[in-house]
Amino acid sequence: MAARKIRFVEALREGMRQEMERDERVFVIGEGVGPHGSCFKQTDGFVAQFGDDRSKDTPISEMAISGCGVGAAMMGMRPIVDLMWIDFMTLATDQICNQAAKLNYMSDGQVKVPVVYRASSGASMSNSAQHSGSFYSWFANIPGLTVVVPSTPYDAKGLIVSAIREESPVLYFEHKRLLNTKGEVPEEEYTVPIGVADIKKEGTDITVVATGVEVKYTLDACKKFLDKEGISVEVVDPRTIWPYDKETILNSVKKTGKLLVVDEGFRVCGFASEIVAMVCEEGMEYLKQAPEQYNTVHTTIPFAPAMEDYVFPNPAKIADRIRKMVAK
Amino acid sequence: MDNKLKLDLLRTMLEIRKAELQLAILYKHGEVPCAAHLYEGEEAIAAGVCANLNDKDCITSTHRGHGHCIAKGMDVKKMIAEVCARKTGCCSGKGGTMHMFAPEKGVMGTIGIVGGGMPIATGIGLALKMQKTDNVAVSFFGEGASNNGTFHESLNLASLWKLPVIYVCENNGFATSVSAARSTSVKDISIRALGYNMPGVTVDGNKVDEVYAAAKEAVERARAGEGPTLIECKTYRLRGHFEGDDCLYRTKEETEIAKQLRNPETYWKNCLIIEGVLTEEEYQQMEAEVDAKIAEAVEFALNSPKPEGEDAMTLYHTPLF
Repeated sequence: MAARKIRFVEALREGMRQEMERDERVFVIGEGVGPHGSCFKQTDGFVAQFGDDRSKDTPISEMAISGCGVGAAMMGMRPIVDLMWIDFMTLATDQICNQAAKLNYMSDGQVKVPVVYRASSGASMSNSAQHSGSFYSWFANIPGLTVVVPSTPYDAKGLIVSAIREESPVLYFEHKRLLNTKGEVPEEEYTVPIGVADIKKEGTDITVVATGVEVKYTLDACKKFLDKEGISVEVVDPRTIWPYDKETILNSVKKTGKLLVVDEGFRVCGFASEIVAMVCEEGMEYLKQAPEQYNTVHTTIPFAPAMEDYVFPNPAKIADRIRKMVAK
Repeated sequence: MDNKLKLDLLRTMLEIRKAELQLAILYKHGEVPCAAHLYEGEEAIAAGVCANLNDKDCITSTHRGHGHCIAKGMDVKKMIAEVCARKTGCCSGKGGTMHMFAPEKGVMGTIGIVGGGMPIATGIGLALKMQKTDNVAVSFFGEGASNNGTFHESLNLASLWKLPVIYVCENNGFATSVSAARSTSVKDISIRALGYNMPGVTVDGNKVDEVYAAAKEAVERARAGEGPTLIECKTYRLRGHFEGDDCLYRTKEETEIAKQLRNPETYWKNCLIIEGVLTEEEYQQMEAEVDAKIAEAVEFALNSPKPEGEDAMTLYHTPLF
């Protein structure tokens, strides 16, 4: 029997639903998670199945909602706080970065904060300056937070289940351009471990570490252009921004000798810089040439489609970068 | 209020006052590594509110939180040891004066970010309600925090969902160095409750009986599922924002007058003597007992080991680097 294929958003929803069925402490709270079923239908059907209290609509009060997640988690609940768009998380940063992240440590382990913060992220369809963010690296900079960025429906389901079961806060980002992508997803519950990378495609000429939608774009670049040109790319998807899987990345670079990191987040002090720095520190002897980063241009995200296309990575541009590096 | 409770309130206030005065001395002697924010003069609020709570009721507190911890039942030895950055402190020296916890007593954290505790208390209230308990959450904060968005967001949510949360505003007149007159659009914080469709009351925060009565009503309402209350307690911050604050934003005369007029222990002691619940001799005995208890706690703290540097890493979840 052919494996079932479903969309990313359906996989995410299924993961949350199965956890809510398994564990009554799990609930979703956020703007529009009630009868509307969330911005991109992530919680479609939850009110009918679990009632208003476990798929709880809120006012537009990011500080209060994110703090409710902290307080409820400390009391033994398993809240999933839906902050809708990553851009709105800027309003919740005290509760996420100063409270959720730190209370376990400050209390010397006396309290735990098993909360999940979810938001959609990334560029899509001229959402422009204040609705296109990819700044998950900010949060990875805070000790105490785990940050996951799934790229496939399979990982979307497995990682949300792992995130809910973590004993500490997890930030989960779903890229808007991935929500409708399809992939094989088992119906039964499973977990994808946090902190474990996945080699999405094996190759020998170059290692591309890509995050979120850039995994798809890199695979598209291979399929459309590079495979035919005889360039063999190894695509490593860290899946978890922090803690990331050093070993898998270093082993891949050891094999290929070349490293490109493709990340939609900005370059400065970002995830791509971190990976390049780590490989330089710990795997310099594997490198045949200087590692490179390919990020969104360091600018405010513009509205007009031509300008938007210009600033973001895409498969054709990724293919160009890979060709140049392989030719060196 | 029975006589035992009346005397307990006085004892709690004395414990807080004496602990704070000892911490001020310890700070001067270099035993407290960070300038602590002391609660002197505001003791009646912590004592009066917490006397209505049990161990399963939860509080969030502030950077000025020592008094709340004592009133909620934290071991005063562990409190003083934490402020002195000792291994035996309530958070083993990881939290410090601004971040203290005793979850077994319902102290779910003194939070160092002004306004940061209110959303957390709201979430605790949400959990207590979802778990179908009759316990309540109390959030202590100052009038300064009532100008923060977290106050408004939290009160709206708690009222909307009828959460068992009591918001206790300690209006001590100063938000760090900025007087209420310079920072706050209303004279009485309690009227802000109107905007969120919940009861709001103002009481004299130096009178423990007034605080106790207001909190009692609010706690009963919350336990009965009738939702949150905002209680404003008018008080005065006798010390600076922190130890060593030069207090250039107010006159010495003002503070001296406040010290004379606003001493919650003297007020309550006099009430109890007039009522015949307490004699001067009994008071002296109580004071001596409290002094001994605090002295023992100070000795415990000073004799406790200091953490080693690498103790910082005992909770490090992801030792990748």
